[in-house]
Amino acid sequence: MCLAVPAKIMDIQDSLATVELRGVTREASLMLLPEAKVGDYVLVHAGFAMQIIEERDMEETEALWAEMNGGPRTVNLETVRQGV
Amino acid sequence: MGTDKELSLRLLEEIKRLTAGRERPMRLMEVCGTHTVSIFRAGLRQLLPPEVELVSGPGCPVCVTPDGYMDAAIAYAGMGDVIVATFGDMLKVPGSASSLAEAAARGGDVRIVYSPLDALAIAKEHPNKKVVFLAVGFETTAPTAAAAVLAAAQESVENFFLLPAQKLVPPAIRALLADEDARIDGFLLPGHVAVVTGSETFSFLPKEYRLPGVVAGFSPTELLRGIYRLVWQAAAGEAHIENEYKSVVRPEGNPAAQTMMKQVCETCTAEWRGLGEIPSSGLRLRDAYRRFDFSAMRPLDLPPAPPKKSGCRCGEVLRGKISPRECKLFGKACAPEHAAGPCMVSAEGVCAAWHKYGGGVFRYD
Repeated sequence: MCLAVPAKIMDIQDSLATVELRGVTREASLMLLPEAKVGDYVLVHAGFAMQIIEERDMEETEALWAEMNGGPRTVNLETVRQGV
Repeated sequence: MGTDKELSLRLLEEIKRLTAGRERPMRLMEVCGTHTVSIFRAGLRQLLPPEVELVSGPGCPVCVTPDGYMDAAIAYAGMGDVIVATFGDMLKVPGSASSLAEAAARGGDVRIVYSPLDALAIAKEHPNKKVVFLAVGFETTAPTAAAAVLAAAQESVENFFLLPAQKLVPPAIRALLADEDARIDGFLLPGHVAVVTGSETFSFLPKEYRLPGVVAGFSPTELLRGIYRLVWQAAAGEAHIENEYKSVVRPEGNPAAQTMMKQVCETCTAEWRGLGEIPSSGLRLRDAYRRFDFSAMRPLDLPPAPPKKSGCRCGEVLRGKISPRECKLFGKACAPEHAAGPCMVSAEGVCAAWHKYGGGVFRYD
């Protein structure tokens, strides 16, 4: 039910975007993501763009490798500091 | 830095190292049907060591929708002036005596839509019909129905309605944990629910239950990253919420979606199959939008759904109490082509996933 797919915004008319994924185009509402712009990759669920996709931080994956190879913990440290 | 495959293999190695010699397997629960299916599809159960047990919780909105709701939807579908619009996975879910697919076969107008906005479009095309969208889903889907209601209000579409049964994940997790036998050591948190709610919503897990939770994505590597972080925390004796799906999950979630949901909906007590009634776990339309609630505009006088006599144990499966194989109906009287219960009907149901991908290594004790 909570399935969502990434797609690229090709065009925006009012609050309706035309999005494309591997050659398939369809419409996605921007009612829930008014800040999205043409060229953004967005996560689409049930006809709505839900979030802008940010490129995964390469440094984070580097840090994960370093940690697994015996280095000090640097992954998600901010959550530990905040105590959540 | 290595490929995804290399990273996955290394993560598995670390998971094995961190859990080696545990006396009791670590029970990690996912509460998202898409996770359930992704875990099976990737074969993770077969790859993980026996010390790590993956347990499926109430993560499929279709599966936790009670019979009474289906009975109401079926009754509406039988009315000549009503078009029922629904996501496809609701079609074959059995109510007390029938299903929407059977209602359609009897002449009811039931249409499958991909988006609540498609239902709104049908309403505009058929001004002389009442179009009722079956608003089932968790926090991911709830804002989309709220947005459709706001669009209908704005465009003065008066024949568009919801049949609300949306549910919230955190109260269900609390209800699960209230059971002393739950034996859950950590949660793989639902990535797309967290896109809307934000990862902070789950901070009650470490604060109140001293349990770790990791928001995870859906690819095999993303799932392994989530499992690794949970195992790591357990080994270190820590309990935090971590976010391993940062590409789309922010700590605060999607504020526009939250605002829209709060504008249109308020929380209410809701009935969950397998868990019973849970306070503040459902969403209903606020008074200002009550005219969009078809159950309020055209109340039904249906008898309460009788208890199932088939022997279906979906309720226990949904709480991670038994594996689908422990149900006598599994694979025999209950299979995807002739399902006795909702966990077998929905493609994201736990029983359907076990049935489809079964034959591997499964260990619920």
